[in-house]
Amino acid sequence: MSARPRASFIELSARERAAALLDAGSCRELLGPFARLKSPWLPLQGIVAQADDGVVLARGRIGGEAAVVAAIEGAYQGGSIGEVSGSKIAGVLELALRDCERGRAVRPVLVLETGGVRLQEANLGLATIAEIHAAIVALRRHVPVVGVVAGPVGCFGGMALAAALCSRLIMTRQARLGMNGPEVIEQEAGIAELDAMDGADVWSLMGGEQRYATGLADVLVEDNAEDIAAQVRAAFDDAAPPRTAQVEEFRRRLAGIDAQQPPSPEALRRLWARERQP
Amino acid sequence: MSAVADARGRGPSARGLCWFEALTGQPGLLASGPRTVRVADAPLGAETARFVAVVPDAVNRFPRARCGEVGLDEAWTLAHEVRRVIDADRNRRPRALIAVVDVTSQAYGRREELLAIHLAGAAAADAYASARLAGHPVIALLVGKAMSGAFLTHGYQANRILALDSPDVLIHAMSKESAARVTRRTVEALEELGERITPMAYDVRSFAKLGLLHRLIAGVAGDAPGAADVARVRAELTAAIADARSAPRDLTSRLTSEAAGTVRAASIEVRRRLAEEWDAS
Repeated sequence: MSARPRASFIELSARERAAALLDAGSCRELLGPFARLKSPWLPLQGIVAQADDGVVLARGRIGGEAAVVAAIEGAYQGGSIGEVSGSKIAGVLELALRDCERGRAVRPVLVLETGGVRLQEANLGLATIAEIHAAIVALRRHVPVVGVVAGPVGCFGGMALAAALCSRLIMTRQARLGMNGPEVIEQEAGIAELDAMDGADVWSLMGGEQRYATGLADVLVEDNAEDIAAQVRAAFDDAAPPRTAQVEEFRRRLAGIDAQQPPSPEALRRLWARERQP
Repeated sequence: MSAVADARGRGPSARGLCWFEALTGQPGLLASGPRTVRVADAPLGAETARFVAVVPDAVNRFPRARCGEVGLDEAWTLAHEVRRVIDADRNRRPRALIAVVDVTSQAYGRREELLAIHLAGAAAADAYASARLAGHPVIALLVGKAMSGAFLTHGYQANRILALDSPDVLIHAMSKESAARVTRRTVEALEELGERITPMAYDVRSFAKLGLLHRLIAGVAGDAPGAADVARVRAELTAAIADARSAPRDLTSRLTSEAAGTVRAASIEVRRRLAEEWDAS
């Protein structure tokens, strides 16, 4: 299928990632760089705006079925979500929803590589993230929404909520998933709370392996483009209820935690051991 | 951060609880659950609405959620309470949900990340969005801070967002002090930037220019509302409920407002061109 067996997925650009997840030869980009839809806000702050605003949208097929991939380019502005990049993701999910409502199923995949909201577009970034959340919840009633967090940036801020809203979440060991980035926690709560430079500690809290072991991600996959594409295909055949709808189960888990003496990451793996979700 | 003062050295905001109690006449404490989430039914126009607020609690079991932050217990309790309304109203006219918003931030901390605050926040956002899709008018009333992940969790999934026109109503992706540290700017430089670049501003009048706000309620005493102020806000909420009931259950009203047509032109243009390319084969 791929010309590059055992190719790393992490090393691919967002455009290459989208193509790698869609069936061979089926990829058609929407609003590509020639559409020149750039951030209107970055140039006002002396920052060069990229022609796709760091999000690649592509239609095609997955497992022979109509599909769409929205892939964030982590190398541009840390994958941050601004007005245009956020509207591209929300807009494509809204169109997939419209098609689903008309009886034409579309398989949506989000490739999340983002530090969260783009601070230079602050309130409009946040607003589009709320629109992305709304679209995922609406669309998920028709078709599984599949999220991939591969790294190296990981997935943070409001987009970590988007990852959590996905029907199925696929992570690599290299990926991190958390609401607040380690640097922000260190800044806000002090180095005694968290040393952002201590990679082993950060990954023990929010790395892909820990998230998978505690039932917070569905699939842990090697950094391999073909394996990840196969896991994405398989995710559409597995219709487990999304984690965010399993409120009572997670309230029960949290109630069992001593807030004064919280468990170590290792201990949490035993307490919240991967089990078949109810 | 101390348990009793926020980053500016002021005590936690009392506005959320003040407006919650003014509108419902009750403290809204849950029989079981954190004291930080308040829930009560109260009449609004001809119907009964359910009000929900997140408030500070100096002895909250999670220390990083004592000053009005949305932490783990707060977010899961919001999710639970909102879903309880959806379940209760499954076979009758869905009640309006009023989110009284004064939330300083999400809780930042090691245990919060370990215990998946991103999932807790998503569960609350999911519950509000699901309520909206099930036909509950969801109205956010901004009376104080509506910050970042806390706002995404409590309020930003509303059909209609209303706000008091008050200098203490602040909306942003990150607190001023944090944003200054992260971007290595001074607070003054950030404020100057906000005057030039509308989405960078913190104040509610700038926020209104983004087209996201249904109503900006002027002339109301934000800190110590009198009977007339409360009556005024009730009337605005009642009108917003009626408006939401007669409109689509999605968030399109945020893009069709007059203000959005100007400041959010790029959001609209992206969707227009995307729809063209989507259908082209």
